[in-house]
Amino acid sequence: MITAGCDVGSLTAKAVILKDGAIVASEVIRAKTKPEDSAREVMDLALKKAGLEMGAVEYCVGTGYGRKHIPFVNDVESEIACHGRGAVWQVPSAKTVVDIGGQDCKAIRVDESGNVTRYVYNDKCASGTGRFLEIIAEALDIGLEELGDISEHSTKKLTLSNQCVVFAETEIISLVNEGAEIPDIIRALHNAVASRAASLAKSIVVESDVVMSGGVAKNAGMFRALSEALGVPLRQIGDPQINGALGAALLAADKLKSGPPPPLRQAQCNARREA
Amino acid sequence: MIVAGCDVGSLTSKAVIMRDGRILNSALIKSKAKPWESADEVMKSALEGAGVSMKEIVFCVGTGYGRDKMKFINEAVTEIACHGKGARWLLPTAMMVIDIGGQDCKAMRLDRDGRVVKFMTNDKCASGTGRFLEVMARVLGVSLEELGEMSARAQAPITLASACTVWAQADVIAHLNNRVPIEDIAAGVNNAMASRMAVLANSVGVERDVCMTGGVAKNDGVVSTLEKLLGVRIKRIRRYDPQMAGAIGAALFAHEKAGGGLR
Repeated sequence: MITAGCDVGSLTAKAVILKDGAIVASEVIRAKTKPEDSAREVMDLALKKAGLEMGAVEYCVGTGYGRKHIPFVNDVESEIACHGRGAVWQVPSAKTVVDIGGQDCKAIRVDESGNVTRYVYNDKCASGTGRFLEIIAEALDIGLEELGDISEHSTKKLTLSNQCVVFAETEIISLVNEGAEIPDIIRALHNAVASRAASLAKSIVVESDVVMSGGVAKNAGMFRALSEALGVPLRQIGDPQINGALGAALLAADKLKSGPPPPLRQAQCNARREA
Repeated sequence: MIVAGCDVGSLTSKAVIMRDGRILNSALIKSKAKPWESADEVMKSALEGAGVSMKEIVFCVGTGYGRDKMKFINEAVTEIACHGKGARWLLPTAMMVIDIGGQDCKAMRLDRDGRVVKFMTNDKCASGTGRFLEVMARVLGVSLEELGEMSARAQAPITLASACTVWAQADVIAHLNNRVPIEDIAAGVNNAMASRMAVLANSVGVERDVCMTGGVAKNDGVVSTLEKLLGVRIKRIRRYDPQMAGAIGAALFAHEKAGGGLR
């Protein structure tokens, strides 16, 4: 049985191919202007890696903010459902999932089958999302993927007094001008993002084991900061960035078991993009 | 009797020199990195214009976020109290004041004597503060003054999906790329600002007369949308520059504290 999951996010698009309960290929690309283009490209790359044709995929589930524009899916599922399912598959003892995406942040409580029991979501405020890291990395002229390593060299604890990304950016620029060390600033940034995500997660009561998913989890400094902010150790998962696409592929397999796949969905290519 | 009020804000610093309850001169500068430097400079400029020396100042009150760092003041008074007092002087019938600063906003209700009885402030989130307009004006490539004037020429104002300055900025860029007329984008920005302020104003309860102080009071697009949202007319301040409200209030407090009878 071959299924696929495709997660088109605001910054990256991810695809996972699943064969008989095992990942045969996964791919992550930077999102293009049009979500349908991102979806096609990432899926083609994943299929190529798996040595498969699209026709071999028996069921495909789309997710992410661009999910309604993916031209080749049989069904779509919310990111919440996909992240929950993916996390429990990767860590069967997981009870809570915290996902920090490029433009949002979610905390999800799941049961042992990966069904979502509670969740909370922020996409209204950039603080506590990956965008906060991106904006500051840009301002400091540092690559997003370097942040984690740089924060390892911090020797002094700094605390940002502003929660708002706009105000924090100004604060960080003054810290730089006052001669503060970059690693200390980056660590303070991680703590600021983590504390915002943690207060969101605490509103649905954090129960261990806790999994951190999303691309931001690849940043070791953020991983540690979130663990500290929540006051519990976090469980590491293989590739946190593909967790949503993996969940989509798993949900596709569930659906396939319960009946024949519906025809491909009509993508809303011309409709206004879902926020 | 000559007194002074000095208001050091995050973006601009203001000073007012007052003789017997009447303004002799005022000054406004862009704030410097160190609040005491801003205070020294703006005060110097106001004094020079008034032809008065620092020694002649009987009493000086400081306010604004840098008030505790000023060297020459006799006393510091909170911004809320100063803005309330200044607004009442600018518009004697004012019972409610909406003040938008560079990095905060306040809604205040006054009693008959101009004392603040209820207030709400936001300094946590850039949305709804002058900073929001500043960021958007920069993206649109216009001045703050131009941004305010553009609403009147808009045909079909856009709606911003999110209040967050970061997301709204991305929205504005997308609209620019889609060749939406700049006036329509500017009007959407001003409307978003007004709706954020309306939430704050309603949370303290609207009571007439309503006036606006701070630099954003000069933005007609914001003011007229806010009037629609609140369902009241916002009385325009003509007695003096509404951006000076805090410094005027500080000078009035200085006058009282020095034993002057006039309020």
